[in-house]
Amino acid sequence: MARPAPLPFVISRYAATRYKSGMDEAKFIAATRFGFGPGPQDGQGGDARGWLKAQLQGPDPGLASGAFTGLPTGQQAVDALRADAMARKTLKEQGLPEKGNFQSQARALYEQDAAAQLNFAATTPAPFRERLVWFWANHFSVSAQQNQAAPLIGPMLREAIRPHVTGNFAGMVQAAERHPAMLRYLDNDVSIGPDSRAGQRTGRGLNENLGRECMELHTVGLAAGYTQADVTAMANILTGWSIAPSDKGSDSTGFLCRPFAHEPGPQTVMGQTFDGGEQAGIDALNFLATYPTTYNLLAKKLVTHFVADNPPPGAVARISGVLRDTEGDLGAASAALVDLPRAWTPGQKLKTPFDYVVSTMRAAPPPPDQPAPKLLAILSGLGQPVWGAPLPNGWPDAAAPWAGSDSVTSRIDWAYTYAARFTDTGPAPMDVAHAALGPLLRTATLAAMQSAGSRREALTLFLTAPEFQRR
Amino acid sequence: MPSLSRRATLVGLGLTTTLGRVKLALADAPTQTRFVVVLLRGALDGMYSVVPYGDANLASLRPELIPPAPGQQGGMFDLGGFYGLNPNLPNLAAMYQAGELLPIHAVAGPYRTRSHFEAQDLLQLGLEEDNPGITSGWLNRTLRELPTRNGPALMGLAAGMGMPLLLQGPARVDSYAPEHFASPPPNLAARIAALNAGDPLTGPAITDGMQAASLDQSIMSDDATSAPGDAPNRGGAFPALASKVGQLLAADDGPRIAAFQLEGWDTHGNQVAGLKTPLTGLDQGLTSLKTTLGPAWAQTCVLVMTEFGRTAAMNGTKGTDHGTATAAFALGGAVNGGRVIATWPGLGSGQLFENRDLAPTLDIRAVAKGALTQHLGLSAPALARVFPGSGDAAPLSGIIRAS
Repeated sequence: MARPAPLPFVISRYAATRYKSGMDEAKFIAATRFGFGPGPQDGQGGDARGWLKAQLQGPDPGLASGAFTGLPTGQQAVDALRADAMARKTLKEQGLPEKGNFQSQARALYEQDAAAQLNFAATTPAPFRERLVWFWANHFSVSAQQNQAAPLIGPMLREAIRPHVTGNFAGMVQAAERHPAMLRYLDNDVSIGPDSRAGQRTGRGLNENLGRECMELHTVGLAAGYTQADVTAMANILTGWSIAPSDKGSDSTGFLCRPFAHEPGPQTVMGQTFDGGEQAGIDALNFLATYPTTYNLLAKKLVTHFVADNPPPGAVARISGVLRDTEGDLGAASAALVDLPRAWTPGQKLKTPFDYVVSTMRAAPPPPDQPAPKLLAILSGLGQPVWGAPLPNGWPDAAAPWAGSDSVTSRIDWAYTYAARFTDTGPAPMDVAHAALGPLLRTATLAAMQSAGSRREALTLFLTAPEFQRR
Repeated sequence: MPSLSRRATLVGLGLTTTLGRVKLALADAPTQTRFVVVLLRGALDGMYSVVPYGDANLASLRPELIPPAPGQQGGMFDLGGFYGLNPNLPNLAAMYQAGELLPIHAVAGPYRTRSHFEAQDLLQLGLEEDNPGITSGWLNRTLRELPTRNGPALMGLAAGMGMPLLLQGPARVDSYAPEHFASPPPNLAARIAALNAGDPLTGPAITDGMQAASLDQSIMSDDATSAPGDAPNRGGAFPALASKVGQLLAADDGPRIAAFQLEGWDTHGNQVAGLKTPLTGLDQGLTSLKTTLGPAWAQTCVLVMTEFGRTAAMNGTKGTDHGTATAAFALGGAVNGGRVIATWPGLGSGQLFENRDLAPTLDIRAVAKGALTQHLGLSAPALARVFPGSGDAAPLSGIIRAS
């Protein structure tokens, strides 16, 4: 073994740090349960609940801080997809292979955008607000596994999710369903009313994908008891909601309503009749967004995310009631989550790979003299590629799918791999552990870290301890 | 032997050098049969994979979703004059010729939802409707009906990242996915395991992971790192994964039951192009499984199933929307294939389910129960425990070759 034995050095670094007792447990629960663990810029004061609620005020910190400057609008990402298609077509006409001659602009946009927003999550001083952003992005999941949607997802987060996280749910529904990312992912951009002018001329017709999923997954849920006829009607209502050609969008997202593809005439969804036109879609989505079962569905998901895999019915009823009373005020619902006593039991949730990697980046940021870790590849390797859920219901928010031996083993392997960065540099592992978990750190973990043979091993033991694998 | 892992080599050495002991181990093992479930998430269009080209109504329903006729350039593989196997499945066609592939048609779960997510849950739970008392997958319940055995490895294996509901439950199950990172050395791994021992989630997962690592250390270490954004479970990754899992299943002390989950079947638009990669991946992956299982293929039954079918008619975007009945496959050296099992409901007016979908004439639980009883020897009471409330779905006979 060529590695020099760093043992005396390690021991002296450990000796310099004493266990700090009497720290405010609530502060660490606030940071881990509601955020992604304490980060270098948190600035959390004495009042944990106040710190969380303050994050619900004002505009999205990512947008307001300029952290995403230079990233594309939806329309620009749409244009990049078109440019890719043109470039490939030209190569084909010239008889040239794509390999070596073609570089996807759209793929590069996806990777830049995912890296930027992931980096923001790892560094934001308002991690509760940021967790809500990723929660809602997963609720309106669009998957990068679909190449034609991948570069649109980052813009969708900025244009449809972030502005509405503390606003009205109906506003988020409107922005999400009409965003080109969603329209492309769930095929609505090519869905054509059979009796529309386009339908009559081309013989093409309906694709009910978005109509179904916006009801089942995004709003009322199966509990509403709707029928196939309701789904078909909703899909008809949304015909014509499509993606703009270059610079022709009605706004910077790249949305365009195409009246000639819209199914004419009134449609009835769950007993409510909507006249035709783009307004019918807006009205129908407002109807779905404010339907009683929608509030139950959202409350259950929120409580599952912030309290426990099996959400306590009383807590669900409480959040559902707030949503109903405020007609879908997500800021009020988020504040009510903070006030749930059950949300303050530590360690109820197993971190997803995303949680795990982001919280590791916050607890032990990569030393500045080293190349940045390839977080996108890491998350793919851990089974949760960024914005890459396999199906439109998004990533699961329960332990079981992430608690398989291979899932847990690979995160341990990654932790050991990542900890190698701290072999001879960076903060002492014990300092990292105290700053990240405070009084939530178990004495067994501390003891194991103290007897570790190297800084790398000590940090690995911390990152793989159950109290760090949970939130 | 570049294609063989060190693990496979070691097993081979074991067979030649300590034959007596290995034979004893074989005798001790409760089952040498292998049972694999491949779950196609997203709803496979059964009428595109096993095309009922002999039905006169097919052409008007979906003119652009019918592959060229058998015998034509790029045409379907004929399955006896009425059905044709999709041309993207050439290796499966060869298995059909060899009597190892059994397509089953007009099959559906007992539920009638068109929600992917509800249907996938019910398919894996083995239920007609949600039952709060039953939270384990039917394959996990199957494991509990099998005799336990001594040895280092668990009986069940989830292939690929993520534990499917099908295998969730009280019986402990291993999982395997290609490796990307450096593993901690054994002494550190032992300390990590000790720190997690009291945790009900991470504790057992780590213990199982260490057992698996000792079984297949060499198999797990030779995978290339994936690219950013790579989908772990897409058809493209299936052949490589299936190849590794085949080696694990083939080992004398390896798992006997495995489940894969593949995505990419939800083809609402441009289905012909969209299904090419997933079908090719399925075809190649099942072939990899056969190849790496080697002689154990003769004792293998693979069940390929999906949550529901798709609309009989093409939709407005050259795809299909959520439907009801679809096709399933049983394949393996133990399978009594080379024929199609179906009570064809017809595609004429009045024959479609809700005037829209292929009507189901067979319950998928009957298929699974047939395989479990004929292949794994489950008794009638055991089948009733695995599939509670499935009394109407009698086990389908003739799935497994009479030996």
